Amino acid sequence: MNYISIYNNQTIALNDIPVLGYKDFRNINLELLSDQPERHCVSYFGYKDNDKIKLFCCIADDATHQIYVSSSMVDMNTIRPSFSAQNHNFEKFEREIHENFGIPYSDHPWLKPYRYSHNRYDENKTIENYPFYKGQCEELHEVGVGPIHAGIIEPGHFRFICNGEQIMHLEIQFGYQHRGIEQLFLQKKKLLERTTLAESIAGDTTVGHTTAFVNLWESLCGYVPDPSLDYARTLALELERIAVHTGDLAAICGDIAYQLGNAVLGRLRTPMINFFQEWGGSRLAKGLIRAGKINYPFNQEHADRLNEILKAYEPDFGEITEKLFRLPSALSRMEKTGVVSYNEVLEIGTVGMAARMSGLKRDIRTSHPYNLYGKTIVHQPVLKHHGDVYSRAQIRKEEIKQSIGYLKKLIANVPEFNKPEDVSLTPASGKFVLSLIEGWRGEICHCAITDDSGNLVAYKIKDPSHHNWMALAQAVRNNDISDFPICNKSFNFSYSGHDL
Amino acid sequence: MISFLLILLTSLFFMGVIVRTKSIASGRKGPGLFQPMKDIFRLWKKGSVYSKTTSFIFQLAPTAYFASVLMAILMVPHGNNPGIISFDCDFVMFAYILALGKFLMIVAALDTGSSFEGMGASREALFSMLVEPAFFILMGSFTLFTGHTSFHSIFSMLHYGSYVSYMLGVLATFVLVLIAMIENSRMPVDDPKTHLELTMIHEVMVLDYSGFDLGIIMYTTNLKFAMYGAIISNLFISALPLEFSIPLFFAIQIGFAITAGIIESFMARFRMGHNPQFIFILTSVSLLIFFGALMVLEKFM
Repeated sequence: MNYISIYNNQTIALNDIPVLGYKDFRNINLELLSDQPERHCVSYFGYKDNDKIKLFCCIADDATHQIYVSSSMVDMNTIRPSFSAQNHNFEKFEREIHENFGIPYSDHPWLKPYRYSHNRYDENKTIENYPFYKGQCEELHEVGVGPIHAGIIEPGHFRFICNGEQIMHLEIQFGYQHRGIEQLFLQKKKLLERTTLAESIAGDTTVGHTTAFVNLWESLCGYVPDPSLDYARTLALELERIAVHTGDLAAICGDIAYQLGNAVLGRLRTPMINFFQEWGGSRLAKGLIRAGKINYPFNQEHADRLNEILKAYEPDFGEITEKLFRLPSALSRMEKTGVVSYNEVLEIGTVGMAARMSGLKRDIRTSHPYNLYGKTIVHQPVLKHHGDVYSRAQIRKEEIKQSIGYLKKLIANVPEFNKPEDVSLTPASGKFVLSLIEGWRGEICHCAITDDSGNLVAYKIKDPSHHNWMALAQAVRNNDISDFPICNKSFNFSYSGHDL
Repeated sequence: MISFLLILLTSLFFMGVIVRTKSIASGRKGPGLFQPMKDIFRLWKKGSVYSKTTSFIFQLAPTAYFASVLMAILMVPHGNNPGIISFDCDFVMFAYILALGKFLMIVAALDTGSSFEGMGASREALFSMLVEPAFFILMGSFTLFTGHTSFHSIFSMLHYGSYVSYMLGVLATFVLVLIAMIENSRMPVDDPKTHLELTMIHEVMVLDYSGFDLGIIMYTTNLKFAMYGAIISNLFISALPLEFSIPLFFAIQIGFAITAGIIESFMARFRMGHNPQFIFILTSVSLLIFFGALMVLEKFM
């Protein structure tokens, strides 16, 4: 076999992964992805093994629920053909590998700095001299936005090439938020430190990233979690989805200056995040998810309270979304704005909402179930087909309704909490493990590799924003530059999740 | 004189009424009526910071803009009390003195050399230009209707005799309300609340102003609102005695502010590309007024 098939959260021996020559490695992975919309690359990364680089490529197959993992050992000097020249799914991954290890590619179409990692190969490449694409034309003008965001959320630089009010091209440059999280995962040895790191990968997806980490860690340590832990994680994931989606809808209303929607949806978000505070003491759900235990078990009182909150939430939400999606002035802003076609999202390899908006069915809850998904909750992804702002707003509305249904189902039957025994979680040695989660934004992938003494040698994080940002750059082409903010908000990608 | 004082008085609370209406419409209590004015006073107490790339034009523009609006206000009558400046065809000067102020603001925005401000300036120039025909056709129709050519004589001679002429009053109010909204860069053409530079029109032009200058610009917006409100009130006051006309003036101003607040609460703003189409509506409505005036005067056979 040229690759090994694993399931989500399955730990395998590192030696079981076939090590191929680069040529075979490239051909096989490209072959796996050619004309297969149900497959996509969830992670492609490398780590330094002595003076060589060991590359791992993980292709998820939504139809068989498996992940195909293969690897290759390469040196740093030979110039090699890139994957990206054949398949753009790999573009960001290869840029990252090139930046970290300096592997030269002969035919990579867009080999620019990625996030300016602290431990990058070429220290001379700095954020000040990013090679922007230039329009060599008198009629076109450039507009640079950022790195300070107009709403002071997170830093990123957007360089537009415009023809008057019309956007011809957008280039997005990141790296301002780089904290070196992947390196910190290796340096910090305590489990609590690592969990806290996972919580701060992207502040708006605390539950998503932490769940990905604890699922991975428990699998790596051979620990089977109590059902009440799975229950709490699933519940928290859906709660987070409702809270963030509601906030996003409010922000979309804010961007089109629809004050009523902004005010009502903003108010509806509050009880949701406040419930996190009642449950676990933090509105952002920090401290809630822990490997092998839970400090704040979910009990019947919480269930009753949540039921009350949902009862108050539903009629108001139904009414305001009904109004929003019927208001002509709002529809004229959302419809046909920021369109990304099915072929484009497939080529970019987007995940989560950014794939489902254009009819590409990608949802880890269905394709690679984890925790209670596939058991208590049988999920059907919400699909839209226009790929515009309207589709993205609609997906949010429908997913909120779906998640409320799931929450109701979950709280109807609160499992008895058995305090898990205090086990010391020790990672197994010489293992490879991969964990996939459908956060509210999309697929989150965490990968860990341990050496012979059970120490982490690589920890790879992939936030959905990693490849999804490209969808924004495509969406705004030929749109008015004044529509950029609403396109951006309708995707709501993470800056810190990209920069790590 | 009376109208000048009334407009100054209105400018103190006009924005407060808009903000209050919007707050109540979104289920909040909202700040006091004079809060926007207090904010402006706070700005007036501050110094200004100037970018090194700007020239004297940048520093001159806010004051000139303020002065141009003040000068325009001097020409607005109150019923049959003429404005401080009043002569035949004064509405032409009225329009172009406002345009002069706006021109200086646009030039000042270009002076900063920022791509944002250039974008804002081009939008503001385009939309103001499109508003102009609407205003002139409207005033021209009233000139035709009354046979007079100055603000004062037009408004003091304005009597609604037939149903058609009531119609003219309603349409003229509609046009003037929307001209005021566009000229002041409010919804549905511009969103004064947005923090997104790329979607702004007026706000992005004044991004580089701070302190005293910013205060002046913000106060000028209040003045302009009150000024357009005064013109609208003139459509209804005509020869009423002062004890009735002054309460009616304030009632109309407050009604106008509440209307502006409600427009801003319950709809989304237009796509930038749709704005010109929308502004052309005003021109066509003004043409309706023109043909209405022709009908009333029985110029049609």
